[in-house]
Amino acid sequence: MPNIYQLLSQLFTQVDALLKEKAIKQPLITGIRTGGVWIAEALHQHLDSAHAPGSLDISFYRDDFSRQGLNPTVLPSTLPFQVDGRHLLLIDDVLMTGRTIRAALNEIFDYGRPASVNLIALCSINSRELPIQPDLCTLLINLKQGQYIQLSGPQPLSLQVINKVFS
Amino acid sequence: MTRVKQLKRPLQLTNDGQLRHFLTIDGLSKTLLNNILNTAESFIIVGSKAVKNVPLLRGKTVVNLFFENSTRTRSTFELAAKRLSADVLNIDILTSSASKGESLLDTLRNLRAMQSDMFVIRHADSGAAHFIAAEVTPDVAIINAGDGHHSHPTQAMLDMLTIRRHKSNFDQLSVAIVGDIRHSRVARSQVQALKTLGCSDVRLIAPDTLMPPHASTLGVTTYRDLDQGLEGVDVVMVLRLQTERMTSAFLPSANEYYNFYGLTRKRLQRAKADVIIMHPGPINRGVEIESEVADGKHSMILNQVGYGIAIRMAVMSMVITGQACQSRETNYGCVD
Repeated sequence: MPNIYQLLSQLFTQVDALLKEKAIKQPLITGIRTGGVWIAEALHQHLDSAHAPGSLDISFYRDDFSRQGLNPTVLPSTLPFQVDGRHLLLIDDVLMTGRTIRAALNEIFDYGRPASVNLIALCSINSRELPIQPDLCTLLINLKQGQYIQLSGPQPLSLQVINKVFS
Repeated sequence: MTRVKQLKRPLQLTNDGQLRHFLTIDGLSKTLLNNILNTAESFIIVGSKAVKNVPLLRGKTVVNLFFENSTRTRSTFELAAKRLSADVLNIDILTSSASKGESLLDTLRNLRAMQSDMFVIRHADSGAAHFIAAEVTPDVAIINAGDGHHSHPTQAMLDMLTIRRHKSNFDQLSVAIVGDIRHSRVARSQVQALKTLGCSDVRLIAPDTLMPPHASTLGVTTYRDLDQGLEGVDVVMVLRLQTERMTSAFLPSANEYYNFYGLTRKRLQRAKADVIIMHPGPINRGVEIESEVADGKHSMILNQVGYGIAIRMAVMSMVITGQACQSRETNYGCVD
């Protein structure tokens, strides 16, 4: 597995290029809890953004709620800014099925209508179930059945492949 | 799952201990009560968003069946269901077919035939919600919004949420419940919730005529004298005089009741300086509480209304999941 900090450095270089290409100044950064928030905070420092990054907990918007139920420790989402008419960078650590991003977009639009949303993922896995693709991603991984990727953090960050244990 | 195990499972829980109906606090674990409180905490923030809805109950139908009058409970249940994006049907029993002679069972069977997913029921008879959950529509999630003298579990849980948000650990607190405890379903549920959450000093304060005969078996301390009972308490929960449930003369007059049991600023000085005052509403000013106390800085009465929405959202979302899991298990066997 590549070094996480090298991956972040590559990702941030790509973000700089994306912002320049799209002529976006002062984007609003929002991470999806938990790993996405850690990366969003690192990107916030890199961009020296005026606004503190937002954090989304998409539990209330999940499509498998009636099967899985609610996690009783859902933390409130916090977007410490007005999203109307602003450019958002939506950050996730690992993009898998695309269902989390669908839920996150729904939640963002309950706060307002952003001018644009760019999806930035540290890594993307070959298990998409919805037609959602990242605008930027530094690592594409093909996992075997029963494997998943876990980002641990926040200090230090580490990325590893986990083999599910079936009981 | 064997038939024997199914029979042993408490009515309001699934085989794996999730809530599938919410009928009473009695028998629920501390962990489950804390789960309800934690889930409600996360719903409080939803009320402050531009769009106050979340899509958890989208496509579900919630029927409010109130066989007794209610303003706060009914409207907060309705708002909670709507904030969860459910379709809500309010059945006004006084103008429904029940007034044309339709029985309760037939009303419920008709509503079930309309593919309802949840009934929120208030009824003057103790045990009405249990009966419906057990015998009439077990596949519809039932939430008890108050049954006779028996139970009002969502009111108790919103009271617990109020205490938890404004005070420290339950095991450090002294809590007084004052007033018409004999006729109060709220008091019964409050005592059960406080004891389950670890509160060791629960005081019931009432005249003999308004104290339930079995009070001493509840693990509480009983007081006839309000001043004594208020000494050093952190929380005072005032109850309304339930005159509609009084079938004989329990009090000489409302004035005399106020003289002995009305919560006034002067009496409140015996409690801790940072005491909080709660009341399930509607309040009778000048009967059980002085206006200056009801509107004063210690009062949590309006906070309780807001917390009521969050608690009801939490319970509704939990029972819908529990009901779905239970029906999957019943239809297909255990899925886990």
